Amino acid sequence: MNFVIVGATLPDGKSADLFVTDGVFATEAARGATTIDAAGLTALPGLVDLHTHLREPGYEQSETILTGSRAAAAGGFTAVHAMANTSPVADTAGVVEQVYSLGAQHGYVTVRPIGAVTMGLAGERLSEIGAMAGSRARVTVFSDDGKCVSDALLMRRALEYVKTFGGVIAQHAQEPRLTEGAQMNEGALSGELGLAGWPAVAEESIIARDVLLAQQVGARLHICHVSTAGSVDVVRWAKARGIDVTAEVTPHHLLLTEELARSYDSRFKVNPPLRREEDVHALRGALADGTIDIVATDHAPHPLESKECAWDEASFGMVGLESALSVVQLAMVDAGLIDWADVARVFSSKPAEIGGLAGYDHAFVPGGTANLTLYDAAHQRVFGLGDLRGKGLNTPYLGRELPGRVVATIHNGYPTVLDGELVDAATVAADAVNYTSRNPSA
Amino acid sequence: MRHLLSTKDLDLETALGILDVAEDMADVANREVKKLPTLRGKTVINLFFEDSTRTRTSFEVAAKRLSADLINFSAKGSSVSKGEGLKDTAQTLAAMGADAVVIRHSASGAAQVLASSGWIDAAVLNAGDGTHEHPTQALLDAYTMRKRLHGDRSRGKSLDGLGVTIVGDILHSRVARSNVWLLNTLGAHVTLVAPATLLPAGLDGWPVTVGYDLDAAVDSNPDVVMMLRIQAERMHAAFFPNTREYSRQWGLDDDRLARLRADTMVMHPGPMVRGLEISAAAADSSRSTVLEQVANGVSIRMAVLYLLLASEGGAA
Ligand SMILES: [Zn+2]
Repeated sequence: MNFVIVGATLPDGKSADLFVTDGVFATEAARGATTIDAAGLTALPGLVDLHTHLREPGYEQSETILTGSRAAAAGGFTAVHAMANTSPVADTAGVVEQVYSLGAQHGYVTVRPIGAVTMGLAGERLSEIGAMAGSRARVTVFSDDGKCVSDALLMRRALEYVKTFGGVIAQHAQEPRLTEGAQMNEGALSGELGLAGWPAVAEESIIARDVLLAQQVGARLHICHVSTAGSVDVVRWAKARGIDVTAEVTPHHLLLTEELARSYDSRFKVNPPLRREEDVHALRGALADGTIDIVATDHAPHPLESKECAWDEASFGMVGLESALSVVQLAMVDAGLIDWADVARVFSSKPAEIGGLAGYDHAFVPGGTANLTLYDAAHQRVFGLGDLRGKGLNTPYLGRELPGRVVATIHNGYPTVLDGELVDAATVAADAVNYTSRNPSA
Repeated sequence: MRHLLSTKDLDLETALGILDVAEDMADVANREVKKLPTLRGKTVINLFFEDSTRTRTSFEVAAKRLSADLINFSAKGSSVSKGEGLKDTAQTLAAMGADAVVIRHSASGAAQVLASSGWIDAAVLNAGDGTHEHPTQALLDAYTMRKRLHGDRSRGKSLDGLGVTIVGDILHSRVARSNVWLLNTLGAHVTLVAPATLLPAGLDGWPVTVGYDLDAAVDSNPDVVMMLRIQAERMHAAFFPNTREYSRQWGLDDDRLARLRADTMVMHPGPMVRGLEISAAAADSSRSTVLEQVANGVSIRMAVLYLLLASEGGAA
C-alpha cells in the first residue's frame, strides 16, 4: 500500500507532503497511491516505547502480545520493548524468540523483547544474556523490571557482562528493604492516609549506587521510570561527570500527583508511586533540559479484579500506551516546556537509540523505513474506556480532559491505524508478512 | 450524615451532635428496659475482615438496643480470592438489603472504597481500616473525656483547652489518627510522644506537638494521657530494640503515674499489654478510664447508628 500524505506539519513546524512507497519514504508519489489529507495534523516519527508490559506468555488475562500491540498502535507507537516479567520469565533465548515471533506475526508494532538480568527475576544468578543477545530476537536491553537488581555485586557483574554484548541494563531502582509493604509515596499524605510509605530515598540511593557502578566498570546504564526530584539531581550529577547513563520518565509521573491517593481509588496505585507536585515539576524540567532522555509508558495492564478492591490489595500499575502522547502534549508541549521536535526525540529517536533499534535516527528520510504517526494536536476529548484498545482498563485518566488524537499510524510502510481506528488484525498480519518477505533481514 | 468514614471530615457541629446524642443513648442504658424501638426493621451488618471481639460486640449491643436486626458476617478466612473479597461481599450484602454496614478491614481506606464503590447503597460505618482511622473509638474517647470533666452537664460542651498526650505506636495506630483530628476539632491540644521510628512521616502538617520524651510529657501537666498498645513484634522490624527498653522509655510505669495529677485521665483503647506500655497499677488506678471507655463505646455506637439510619433523608 502506497501513500501520499498531504500537507502534514513536521516536528520542526514546516509543512510538507510525505510519500510512502513500498514500505519506505520516497521523494514522489507512486502511481495509485492512497491520499491522506494531513492538513492540521502533526507528522511524528513512529513512537518507540522502551518500557511496555505485554504480559504474554503467562498473564494473558491481563494482556496479550496482540492486544498490547493494538493498544500501542492506537497510541501512535510503531515499536515497543516488552518487559521480561512474564511467566515463564524472558530469561532464555526460547522465550524472547517466542515473544519476538508473535510480535512480528501480528504486525501492529515491532516487538522487541527485553531480557531478564537474572534467572527468574530472582536476583541471584545471571540469566542467559549472551544467548538472548545472539538469538533471532537480538536482545539489547536487559531488565528485571518489577524488581530491582538490588545486590550490589550482582549489579556490577551484570553491567560488565551486558557490556560484553553491547547491551544496556535498565534498572528498576527500588531498594527492597526500604519499600517492604510500601503503598504510596512516603510523606505527610501517607502518614495521614495510613498507607505504608515508599520513600524517595529508596529510589535515589539505588540510582546513586548504580551510576557509580556504571562509572567504575565503564558500562552503560538506563534508569527506568525516574520519579523524584532527588533522582533527577543524581542523574544530572552523573551526566555532568560523563557517566554513560540515560533515564526515562513515565507520562503519569509528568502529570499526576500523590494527592489522587486520597480517594483510595487503586487506579492511582503504581510503582514507583505518584509523587509530590515538586517532583512532577522537577521531572518536567529534567525532560525539557535533557537530564531525562526519554518518555516511556510503563504500560501495565491488570484484570479488573486486581483493581476493584482495597488499595493495599490492589496490583501496582496503569495502562498508558493509548494515552501517552496526549499526556505528554498536555504536561510538556501545551505547558510550553518542549516542542514537537523534542517530542520526536524523547518518544522516538532517543528511545530507539537506547534500545539499539535501527531506522529511527532520522525521521522521514527517503529510503528509510516508513514508521510514522499522524496526530491531531488540536483535538480535545474526555478520555474514556472507549479510548482504550488493550485488555487493561486500569487507566488513571478516566473522565479527564486530554488533548490530541492519533489519526493514523504507519508501521513499516503499512497502516495500523487509519481515520483514528485500528486496521483489522487480519489485514495488518497480511501486510506484515508482505513486509517480512520483502525484507528478510528485518 | 450518610457514612462515618473518618473523623477528619467531621466538623465541630456534627461531632458535638454525635456526642450529645450519645448522652441520650447512655440514659437508655440506665433504664430497666435497655431498649429503644427506633431502628426496628433496619438491618445492620457487622462485616469484620479482621478479628476484634471487643469492637464487634460493642456494635452488636448498640444495634440491638436500638432494635435493629444485627447480622455478624465474618469475612475473615473466607474462601473468596483476596482481591475480590470486598466487592463480592458488598454485593452479597446489598442483595440481602443491608441498611448499614459496619466494616473492619486490615487495609487502609477499605471503608471509603466500600462507600464510594457503587457496589452497595447502605450507610458505611468505619470500625477500623488498616492504619488509617477508627472514628467511633475517637468519639468514645472524646465522650469519656467530656464525661469525666463535666458529668451530667456535658451536653453541648467541647474539649476547649484540654491537654491530651498520646503515647506509643502512632505510625501504625488508626486510633491515634482519629483522635488527633477529632480532638483538634473539639478544641483540645494534642501532644504525640513516641520514638522517631514510630511517628509517621510529615507530621509538620498535623495539628499536634511532637515529642520523644515521655518524662517531659508527664511533667508538663497533661489533662489526659492516652497509652496506645505496642506490638512486641515491632522490635523484629527494628522499630525499637526490645520490649524492656520500650517499656522503660515509653511505658506508663508506677513512677510516672505518681507524677501525674490526681485527676489526670489515663486512657487506653484496649486491649492492654500490662507491664509493657502500661503498668498494672496505672491500668487499675482511679485515673484510668478503661472501663468507662468500654461502656461509653456502646452509647457512641448507638448514637452513630441512630444518626445514620433513623434520620435517613433528614439532616446532613
Ligand atoms: Zn518498573
